[in-house]
Amino acid sequence: MGSPDDSGFVSRGFMRRRHTPDELADRLPPGQYAEKGFPVLTAGPTPHVEGDEWTFRIDGMVAEEREWSAQEFRDLPFETVPCDIHCVTKWSKLGTSFSGVSVDTLLEQAEPLGAYSMVYSHGGYTTNLAIEDLTDGKAWVVTEHEGEPLPREHGGPARLLVPHLYFWKSAKWVAGLRVMDHDEPGFWEANGYHNRGDPWKEERYWTD
Amino acid sequence: MDRLTPVEQRAPGRWQLATVTSIKQETPRVKSFRFALPMWMPHLPGQHYDVRLTAPDGYRAQRSYSIASSPLDEGEIELTIDRLADGEVSPYFHDVVVEGDEVELRGPFTSYFVWRGEEPALLVGGGSGVVPLVSMLRHRRRTMPELEMRLIYSVRTGEDVIYADELGDDATLTFTREPPPGWSGHSGRIDLEMIAAAGAPGIAFVCGSNGFVESASDLLLEAKYEPRRIRTERFGPTG
Repeated sequence: MGSPDDSGFVSRGFMRRRHTPDELADRLPPGQYAEKGFPVLTAGPTPHVEGDEWTFRIDGMVAEEREWSAQEFRDLPFETVPCDIHCVTKWSKLGTSFSGVSVDTLLEQAEPLGAYSMVYSHGGYTTNLAIEDLTDGKAWVVTEHEGEPLPREHGGPARLLVPHLYFWKSAKWVAGLRVMDHDEPGFWEANGYHNRGDPWKEERYWTD
Repeated sequence: MDRLTPVEQRAPGRWQLATVTSIKQETPRVKSFRFALPMWMPHLPGQHYDVRLTAPDGYRAQRSYSIASSPLDEGEIELTIDRLADGEVSPYFHDVVVEGDEVELRGPFTSYFVWRGEEPALLVGGGSGVVPLVSMLRHRRRTMPELEMRLIYSVRTGEDVIYADELGDDATLTFTREPPPGWSGHSGRIDLEMIAAAGAPGIAFVCGSNGFVESASDLLLEAKYEPRRIRTERFGPTG
């Protein structure tokens, strides 16, 4: 390629200033830094979704379309997920946790017939995920962060959690999931971010 | 990827070695850097570049910075960088970088918080959140000065005004902490009256800290902007 990537370029006078403890360093994907806070990234105003009126729906190419009311959702098996999260804007939050319902539990009841999905949110946000990235204990619909109800600015009452992909895939104010037989770009995937977004492969943008 | 992509998105994947051609101290903690790029391509006002620094031991740090310049400045871009005291990348730019230094950049990236020149816009910026908005303002002045575009710009004190020498009739300033001596304009946080006075041109772009963006976009909703006409970019802690 002849890019500076492999040319051994060194930035004159640049030295590391952030020191990530050794036990955490191998949990930071390339190009990320550890952030103690929890920054907010949203492309528009923060939607208001009432907790009791929230519903979650699975539709599209499924054996049976399903919709859970907030009350029905609360009766599903609830688990706490310790995880690291990685935002494409370069920060990672290590050693955090969310609680909610595994997407496996939800999909089991709807029986997906396609291999792709579009997750959609209140406010119009969408993001595409292969069913493979949502199953086998890799994704949850969460309503709590570190033991507290999920704050509105972080997607409350409920957001998707897919910690093995960049965090724009973890759609805030999640409303449902449409199973499809083909892949289509969601909101950020159509606006420049990578179609899949694996932080360990540094899949940030279209051309990565 | 065989998807047909717009020309402005075709080449941003490659890291390139840009050269710093000039540095301007905008405020005590903000500097603007102009770079000459060997693989320059026109950006959309509002887009950002990624910057990558490499230490002698191979350690690397990356950050994203909004472009401040108009895409009419062929072959170069301007990045305006706020110095964050506990940061790693912004203090390097402020304390180390001089004209002639080389810096790895790639971009321009993402195409939602962008003004494509097709419609009037209201720009609402807090602090260094003004940077991508000034790219829009500068480009509008040079391409379609008759198009309605207004900047509402909130800063703390008189010495915090970035691009002070070029803010004209198209900008409304407000000072939240301490207005400069003799100031007779707005002070305090942006309010509904300031938003209403700007009219309701096409689309609104809001950029600043999360708290700033939350309250400014709530005001825009109160002023009857549809949520989908409000585009936001929020600065998390970065550096």
